[in-house]
Amino acid sequence: MLDQNTFDLRRYIQGNGQSMGVWLALIVMIAFGALRYDNFAGAYNISSFLNYNSMFIAIALGMCFVIMTGGIDLSVGSVVAFTSVCVAYLSPYGIQVALPGGILAGMAIGSINAFFVIAMRIPPFIATLATMLGAKGGALVISGRQTISVDWGSNFTKFGMNNVGGLLPWSIIVVAILAVMLWIVLEKTSIGRTVEAIGGGEDATRMMGLPVNRAKAFVYILSGGCAGLAGVILASGFGAGQPLEGVGWELSAIASVVVGGTLLTGGLGSVPATVAGALLLGLVFNMLNFENGRGVISISAYWQMVIRGLFLFVVILLQSRVSRVSAKQEA
Amino acid sequence: MPGFDTKMLTKHGGLIALAVLLLINIAITPNFLQLQTLFVNISQVATIAIVAVGMTLVIATAGIDLSVGAVMAVAGALAPLIFLSEFAQAYPTLGLAASIVVPILVALLCGLFNGVLVAYLGVQPIIATLIFFISGRGIAQVLTNGNLQTFSHPGFSYLGTGKILGLPFQGWLVLVIAIVFFYIVNRTMFGRRILAVGGNEKAAKLTGTPVRRVKTGVYVISAGLSGIAGLIVVAINSASDAARIGNLMELDAIASAVVGGTLLMGGKAPIFGAVLGAVIIQLVKYTLLANGVADEVALIAKAGIIVLAVYVQQGRKE
Repeated sequence: MLDQNTFDLRRYIQGNGQSMGVWLALIVMIAFGALRYDNFAGAYNISSFLNYNSMFIAIALGMCFVIMTGGIDLSVGSVVAFTSVCVAYLSPYGIQVALPGGILAGMAIGSINAFFVIAMRIPPFIATLATMLGAKGGALVISGRQTISVDWGSNFTKFGMNNVGGLLPWSIIVVAILAVMLWIVLEKTSIGRTVEAIGGGEDATRMMGLPVNRAKAFVYILSGGCAGLAGVILASGFGAGQPLEGVGWELSAIASVVVGGTLLTGGLGSVPATVAGALLLGLVFNMLNFENGRGVISISAYWQMVIRGLFLFVVILLQSRVSRVSAKQEA
Repeated sequence: MPGFDTKMLTKHGGLIALAVLLLINIAITPNFLQLQTLFVNISQVATIAIVAVGMTLVIATAGIDLSVGAVMAVAGALAPLIFLSEFAQAYPTLGLAASIVVPILVALLCGLFNGVLVAYLGVQPIIATLIFFISGRGIAQVLTNGNLQTFSHPGFSYLGTGKILGLPFQGWLVLVIAIVFFYIVNRTMFGRRILAVGGNEKAAKLTGTPVRRVKTGVYVISAGLSGIAGLIVVAINSASDAARIGNLMELDAIASAVVGGTLLMGGKAPIFGAVLGAVIIQLVKYTLLANGVADEVALIAKAGIIVLAVYVQQGRKE
C-alpha cells in the first residue's frame, strides 16, 4: 500500500509539472499570436481553429488511452477517412443518424484492432498498421475512389459548420463533452485505473486479477470511436466524405499525447494535458498560416509533414529528459 | 495430429506458401510460365528484398524501422536532382557517381538519426522511426516541390533496367547483398552481437557487448539499403515521384521479414528467409494484379496476409 501512495504522489507532482509546462506554452503562444496578428483573436479565427482542431483533439484522446496501455494505434488516420465516407452516405438521414453511425463504424474497426491485439496477440503496431491499410482500402472501395458529396438538404452539415454564439462550433462542444467524460473514466472508474495499471506492467496487472483484456478492448474500441467522431466532423465540416484524407494524422495524435506528458512506455497519462497538447500542435500550424499570410515565410503543404515530424522530435527530446529524471528519482 | 501439422506449417510455412502461390498462378494466371513474367517479378522483388534484409537486422535487435519507405523517397528524390544539375551536365561521370553516392550517404545519415534516437536517447523504435515515416516523405516533396521528375539517363537507369547474363541487374544485387549480410550475421562479431542484443539485451550488455553501437549500426544499415532501393525504383521508372517512391514499403519489408522467419521480439536474423519472404509478398501482389483485382482490394488482402503471417509466427515461439 505504501508503494501505491508514493507512486501516486510522484505521478501527481510530475504529471502536474509537465502539464503545467504545456499549459504555460499554450498561454505564451496565444499571447504572442494575439499581439502579432490582427485577426488572431477574432471570432472567425477562434471558431475555425476550434472546429478544425476538434478532430485532432478527438483522435488524440483515443490515442492517449491506447498509449497508456503501452500500445499504439496507427490506424486512426485511415479510420477518419473511412468513416467520413460512411457518414457521407448516411447524411440524408440527418446528423442524428450519421453521428452515431460514424462513431459505430469507427468502433467496428477499433474492435478489429482489439481482436488482433488481444485474441491473436499481434503486436499493436503491426495490427493497427494492417487495419490502417485495410481501412484505407475499405474507404476507397466504398467510395469508388471518389470524394463523396454529402446531402446539403438535411441538418448534417450544421454539425460541422454552425457555431453557438458565433464562437463555439458544435464539433468542439461535442469533443469537449467527450474529453470530460474520458477524464472522469480515467480518474474515477475501475476501467480507467486498469488502463493505467496495464501500462505500468501488464503481467503484474493480470496477476492482480484486474480485467486486462477488457480494458485493452476498451481502449482500441474507444480509439476507433474517437476517430469515427473525427470522421463525422470532417465530412460535416467540409461537406464531403474524403477517402484520401487523414494521412499522417496518427503522428499528430501521438505527438499531442506525448507533449501532454503521457509516457510512450505506458502508465502515466493525463486527459486535459492531451487536449492541451493537441491545441498546442494546432496553434503551431495556425501561427504558421498567419506568417504565411504576412509573407514572412512560405510554407507549402509538404512542409506540414516535415513540421509534424519536427514537433514530435522536439517533444521526444524533452520527454526523454523527463523520463530519465524520473528514472533517477526511482533509483 | 494437429500439433505435428502446426509445426510443419510454421517451420516450412514460407516454402509451402511459395509452392501454393506458384501452383495457383500456373493454374489461373494467363501467361505465367514465361520468361517475361520472371523478369518483371525479379525486377520488382529486388527493392522489397533489399529493404527486407535491413529490416531483418533491425528486427533482430528487437527494433523496428518504419522509416524505410520515406528514406527511399528522400534518396529517390535526390538522385535526379543531382544528375540533372548543371554540374552533372558538365562532368557526366562524376555527376553519375555523385547521384548514387550522395543519396546513399544522406540515407545513412537518416539511419544514424534513427539509431541515435533509439540507442542513445532510449526512444522506442516505433516512435523514433515514425518521425521520418511522415516527415521524410515531406522532405522529399519539399526537395522536388512535389513535382514528378522524369528523365532519360541510360547510365543511371542501368540500376533498374540493366541485365547481367540475361537477368536483371538488381536481381544480382539482391544476391550479393544477401550473401554479404548472411556472412556478416553468421560469421562476424558484429553479426553475433546483433543476435545477442535481440536475444537478451541486459545479458548482452553485462557480457560487454557495445549495445548502443550495435543498435545504431543496424538502423544505419537499414537506411542505407533503403537508399539503394530508392535509387532502383527511380531507375526502373525513369521518373521520380516523391509521393510514391517506397510508399507502404515498411509494410512489405516487415511482412517479408516475418514471413521469412524473423521473430518480432528479436534474436533471429534469417537473411535468406527475408529474401524468400519478399518473393512471396511480390508473388501475392503479382497474382492480384495479373488477375485484375483492384488496387484497393489488394490493399485489404495485403493487410490480411500481414496479420496472418505474424499470427503464425506467434505460434512458433510457443
